[in-house]
Amino acid sequence: MIGNTDAVKLLNSKREEGVFVATMNANNTGFGLPSVSSNEALDFPISGAMSKASSVGLGLALAQPDRKIMVLDGDGSLLMNLGTLVTLSNKAPKNMYHFLFNNGVYAVTGGQPIPGAGQVDWEDMAKGAGYAAVFSFDNLEDLTTGIDAVLASEGPVFIHLAITPEVEETPVAFRPRPRRSVQTAFRELPEALANG
Amino acid sequence: MTTQETVLHPAAIIEELKKNNFTHVVWLPDSETNFMYQLLTNEPTLDLVPVCREGETMAIAAGLWVGGKKPVVLIQNTGIFESGDSIRGLGLDVNQPLVMLVGYRGWSRHGITNDSAARFIEHILHAWGISYYLIETDDDAGRITSALEEAERTSKPVAVLVGTEFGA
Repeated sequence: MIGNTDAVKLLNSKREEGVFVATMNANNTGFGLPSVSSNEALDFPISGAMSKASSVGLGLALAQPDRKIMVLDGDGSLLMNLGTLVTLSNKAPKNMYHFLFNNGVYAVTGGQPIPGAGQVDWEDMAKGAGYAAVFSFDNLEDLTTGIDAVLASEGPVFIHLAITPEVEETPVAFRPRPRRSVQTAFRELPEALANG
Repeated sequence: MTTQETVLHPAAIIEELKKNNFTHVVWLPDSETNFMYQLLTNEPTLDLVPVCREGETMAIAAGLWVGGKKPVVLIQNTGIFESGDSIRGLGLDVNQPLVMLVGYRGWSRHGITNDSAARFIEHILHAWGISYYLIETDDDAGRITSALEEAERTSKPVAVLVGTEFGA
């Protein structure tokens, strides 16, 4: 299993001018992308409509074909929007990298298992939907070794990551709020894209 | 009695989209839009983005918009019901100036409709505070421009209800 923070830290180190469209645990204020990001201006947190990070990422990838778009998705989120695998494969943006943080639980609501936890074959689903390349990693060493090959592949690429669950126990009202809100990102991202 | 003048042709819609420099049509076809599909696939200035479920459309449009493009959504009123959280979270909450062309299934000027898709749609739009325009003939197509102007002026989604089947 891969630690959530270890995964986002590694991906962030490889981002260059890429945009991260991140949701759920991958976007957790304490141990997700916001805690390690080196270029917040190109971070696109999606918490406004659960499951739609990959859909927003698809739109962005079509609009910005010369820039890597890296979606950091959750398994519970993706289950809510499975059709996105086919929608995305059908448009086939070459600059799209769809990372699935698979921790098997609804971590932000107390750790209840997602339907089909441990039995859903995400790689087969992505292959069957038509992604151009599919990768899977269950330890940090292999991910560290393999990430360059992942990002050198032509998209759309699906990357399954087996992530150690980090369950939120603090009541929602008492959790730290993200410094960069969804509204802020929507307002500021166009200028950031124009500048770099 | 239906006359030639009362028909809505997809070409009139597409001309309006082109006039306003829309770049992408994010859509899921409904039963009345076959002729529209044929024309859209032949229109080089509009990129068609087909989806599996309507809630994807507002999210994809949000990504296109923030990336500098000008998308329009084309779905049926039944799809609006399915898309509630996307309209809330990635339309209204982020001030997306999105034009949504919505097939008005069940709409009739002649008596009471029994189709709940028609009976509920305007109430739902009212509840969200989303303005809407009705188009029924080619002469109404300019209301797409009015909807776009309102969407951009208010930074909110605006609906255009398509109240008739497309003619060939």
